[in-house]
Amino acid sequence: MKIPLAWLQLTHERMRLLIAMAGIGFANLLMFMQFGFRDALFESAVVLHRRIQGDVFLLSPESTALIAMDSFSNRRLYQSAGVAGVEAIYPLYIDFALWKNPETKATRGIMVLGINPMDDFLDLPGLADAKHQIQREDAVLFDRLSRPEFGPIPDLFATTETVTTEANDKRLTVVGLFDLGASFGADGNVIASETTFLNIFTNRDAGQIEIGVIELAETANPEAVIRRLKQHLPEDVLVLSREEFIAFEKDYWETGTAIGFIFTLGAGMGFIVGVVIVYQILYSDVADHLPEYATLKAMGYGDRYLLTVVFQQAIILALIGYAPGFGISSLLYVLTAQGTSLPMAMTASKALTVLFLTVVMCMGSGAIAVRKLSAADPADIF
Amino acid sequence: MSAIVAIHDLNHYYGSGELRKQILFDITLTLNAGEVVLLKGPSGSGKTTLLTLMGALRSCQTGSLQVLGQELVNAPKAKLVNIRRNIGYIFQGHNLLHSLTARQNVQMSAELQPLRSAVAKQRSEQMLTAVGLADHIDYYPAQMSGGQKQRVAIARALVSHPKMILADEPTAALDSKSGRAVVELIQQLSKEQGCASLIVTHDNRILDVADRLVHLEDGRLTEINTSATLVSS
Repeated sequence: MKIPLAWLQLTHERMRLLIAMAGIGFANLLMFMQFGFRDALFESAVVLHRRIQGDVFLLSPESTALIAMDSFSNRRLYQSAGVAGVEAIYPLYIDFALWKNPETKATRGIMVLGINPMDDFLDLPGLADAKHQIQREDAVLFDRLSRPEFGPIPDLFATTETVTTEANDKRLTVVGLFDLGASFGADGNVIASETTFLNIFTNRDAGQIEIGVIELAETANPEAVIRRLKQHLPEDVLVLSREEFIAFEKDYWETGTAIGFIFTLGAGMGFIVGVVIVYQILYSDVADHLPEYATLKAMGYGDRYLLTVVFQQAIILALIGYAPGFGISSLLYVLTAQGTSLPMAMTASKALTVLFLTVVMCMGSGAIAVRKLSAADPADIF
Repeated sequence: MSAIVAIHDLNHYYGSGELRKQILFDITLTLNAGEVVLLKGPSGSGKTTLLTLMGALRSCQTGSLQVLGQELVNAPKAKLVNIRRNIGYIFQGHNLLHSLTARQNVQMSAELQPLRSAVAKQRSEQMLTAVGLADHIDYYPAQMSGGQKQRVAIARALVSHPKMILADEPTAALDSKSGRAVVELIQQLSKEQGCASLIVTHDNRILDVADRLVHLEDGRLTEINTSATLVSS
């Protein structure tokens, strides 16, 4: 094996190497946290989507996100029931009502989900037990994890069994609780039967729904069924697979809001901090070794060899700085997830993205630092 | 004896325009294989410039300077880099790489030759043994004395069997005993390997190792015929 000069020079000065690892690890940490928060926020936007047990989804082409849903005729959903491979269909009504806090009488927009109480396609803790109660007219279930501004409904419910308040000036009784959680668009959630739903939103047509949930037979090939559905249904509905349905919502928050930009900017700051740190380290490393590099040139090593040494050092720094950065970030993800109930998760794609950015970061710094190499003139060493 | 270096009417200038200053005037010098030539002269006389020109470390301007039959005047940069691989340099400061052990420093030079790494390593250890550092092979420069470092530098210069050795005041930083040992080592190894050596020195204690003495003053070279006359003077 040839003498691994890049490695030997880096490891010869332990303290500098340690500082380099800390600096790169810190830059990694910044990027990981920013990407983590961004993905967690996007993930929190699709908590409801993930709780809907369906394989194919029908939406109005005018819908852009959960907070901006357009309705379409439920006849499209019934039509799809006749397509081969479709096992069951569930209509889902979504609208926003003004909920009156029963204590302060302040109103606030709350998301109301309308379902058929007989249907069983929402996988929400507490829902299965309480669902039958909403068959009573004007009875609703309240999301225990809604923001406190809607009133201490869970506490009231625990003490008095029934809580009465108003939504859109319609008198409602809370007859049960379930767990979903606030998202970007909705600070709180309520589940009602179709009848109650239409009582709250008096200006709606009975036959209009927001989401058509389709469950496929276990043996059915989803792609084939989606193709048949698209052929069978007119153009006035979108047919989405489960992945597309989730991506549809995430895409809105990514491209339609500043959230993606803000966190990408934050990650960019981490990147630049990293570039500066690695540049400082590589530059001083080159500067300290200039007489040695000039000696190597005098011995007959070409410019390309020295360039290679600097870039090898850049890559080595990237990799050994990434390791602690990844480790600490993974730990912080877990702690953050526990502390904020945001769905922070270390995914392979995030790990690879940051690794790639770290290598680019170090190579970029290396590219600036090698300019110093031209100062290594073998004619100066005698 | 075959000529390793043949210099004819070499002139060299620094600066340009009004500030152009001639450093070397009509230098003519031949170095033959197996010869040890000492170059003396006051500081500012152009010794270092001549050394860097012969070592292909600086571009030549006018005249003729042939190293190993290759003309260096107007030679492209890549050719200069290639010629350097046939030259062993010994610097005033030892210029060892601090992050490498003695053996690794020598091996950096050996690896420029088309050798397998294991062979390069073996030769490096042999060369360190030849300069009397068999028990310092895995020492870092910081752990060695000035004389030991200079010997590593000599081993590094000689491991690739260069056709020419250029040494710039190799004894300057050493006490008289280790300085003497270092110069004798250069002489011995250049005789054994049949290469030409040019040693720039102010050190009168080492004049007797030279086959020839040349004197550079104000950019002009004069040859002193026998070393014996100079030693006695």
